[in-house]
Amino acid sequence: MPPELAVLAKPLAAAVLGGLVCGVVGVWVVLMNIPFVGVAMSHAAFAGAVTGLLLGINPLLVAAVFCLAASLLIGPMAERADIEPNVSLGIIFSVVLGFAFLAIGLMRGPRAEALNMIWGSILLVSTPDLALMAGATGAVLLFLGLFYKEIQAVLYNREIARAVGMPERALFFTMLVLCGLSVTANLGTIGGLLIFSLIVNPPSAALQLTYKLKTMYLLSALFGVLSCLVGLLVSWLTDAPAGAVIIVTSSAIFGIALLLSPKRRLAVKGARG
Amino acid sequence: MTDEREDLGHNPAKQGTVPRSACVELGAGRSPFSGYVPRPAVSLRSVTVSYREHIALREVTLDIGRGDFCGVIGPNGAGKTTLLTIINGLGRIHFGTVDILGERATGTSFGRLRRRIGYVAQQERVDPRAPITCLEAVLVGRCGRAGLLRRLKESDRERARAMMELTRTSHLAARPVGQLSGGEARKIALARALVQEPEILLLDEPTSNLDPRAVRELSELVVDAYRRFNLTVVMVTHQLDHLPPVANRIIMVKNARITFTGDRTALGDARLLAELFADAA
Repeated sequence: MPPELAVLAKPLAAAVLGGLVCGVVGVWVVLMNIPFVGVAMSHAAFAGAVTGLLLGINPLLVAAVFCLAASLLIGPMAERADIEPNVSLGIIFSVVLGFAFLAIGLMRGPRAEALNMIWGSILLVSTPDLALMAGATGAVLLFLGLFYKEIQAVLYNREIARAVGMPERALFFTMLVLCGLSVTANLGTIGGLLIFSLIVNPPSAALQLTYKLKTMYLLSALFGVLSCLVGLLVSWLTDAPAGAVIIVTSSAIFGIALLLSPKRRLAVKGARG
Repeated sequence: MTDEREDLGHNPAKQGTVPRSACVELGAGRSPFSGYVPRPAVSLRSVTVSYREHIALREVTLDIGRGDFCGVIGPNGAGKTTLLTIINGLGRIHFGTVDILGERATGTSFGRLRRRIGYVAQQERVDPRAPITCLEAVLVGRCGRAGLLRRLKESDRERARAMMELTRTSHLAARPVGQLSGGEARKIALARALVQEPEILLLDEPTSNLDPRAVRELSELVVDAYRRFNLTVVMVTHQLDHLPPVANRIIMVKNARITFTGDRTALGDARLLAELFADAA
């Protein structure tokens, strides 16, 4: 293998793993209509990573702790009848963002590494990063495979899932934790501020094209991987920031899916009577 | 000729042989044991439910006998839906005890008990683009009984198809569940509740916002299921004429309290009804 292509092996693996896992957990986020959870989670991971850099601890480890804490806070807070879920998420979002900028402000010397957590750098992915991504992807796919019917029930209607005797709350919290783990694992490659788009855009595009859940998972994962590969290629060829190109690509895929969507055509037809 | 109930997998024997008249009529504060009740389907003792400052149910004591068809009536906001949600554990009680099918309902036992309780919620909002078909939505009712880590079997699918046939929704099997009319959505919800093989069926305003024909159709289906599977039915409604004639028990709820329990002759008591709906908007 030519050396220049060998250098690309790790980034390619990261692109496939990142796109795949974000595509899958994104289906949960989009179908449960909790996109703001993705925002809060990705910013919690970013805040954790920056705090880790400030304290000299492994940033991904602190990011994982922050993400886990956020997911464990989001679940119960979202269920409280006296607080609007979006309000509780907004509070968590503002707290973690405050933490992130406080940590950046307190840093001494160059802040390149911290800023890297915003944009990500897929070309510089390390073996431990890749191992974490593989672990997160494996955990998500294993959970999906083992609990497919239960997850489908939760995605359909959480109240009904509980009413038929399923441990809906435990399933929901596990899904949130796995979302957090996926965000953390992709922090170094996609970036804390941009990963939210990779969680929302591919499944939203897939939702435009199918009424079958299995097809939606497959399309979403495919669009996620495609976005990452295009981002990687463009970044490799033009030196553009990979994370930004990934997001632009995933947004373009969503736009195309929206234009081609049979659901949209049906809606227009229905509106015209 | 084979018993149709056995064909569809419901075993009447498990329902016990308790007469339908086994409902003890109790209001708040009255002695809970004015008569012996052999294994009531639902037994509430001094149950209080509150959402922060708002008390949704206050000191409610009630028994519902197996095989009863109870109509829960009362004005909006009286606590009718809350009563249903404490029977299937979706609501959380602050004081009192709940016994369901002879078992004390606790945080841990409710998961198991809910598999024996069918629930048709007031309104299930589903995104019209949601990638779930009606057959898959009905199959959700089998998930609890199937258990974790177990795939649904062909027999589960057959049962789901049978319940869709029973509720006259077979033609909707492949349709996205978010693209149904109000009446179709209620029928699918009923099929999902029945596919659980429930012993208790809870219906929360199943006929609200439906046209008269859809109301009649749904009522027929509910009565058919009630008779066919020897169910105990608790149906919440604020439209008295939507209660089917088989509804043998009436529970009146007002201002978070049960103000009356008795037989359906109460529906003809103008004074009682006027009191119940007085001050209602």
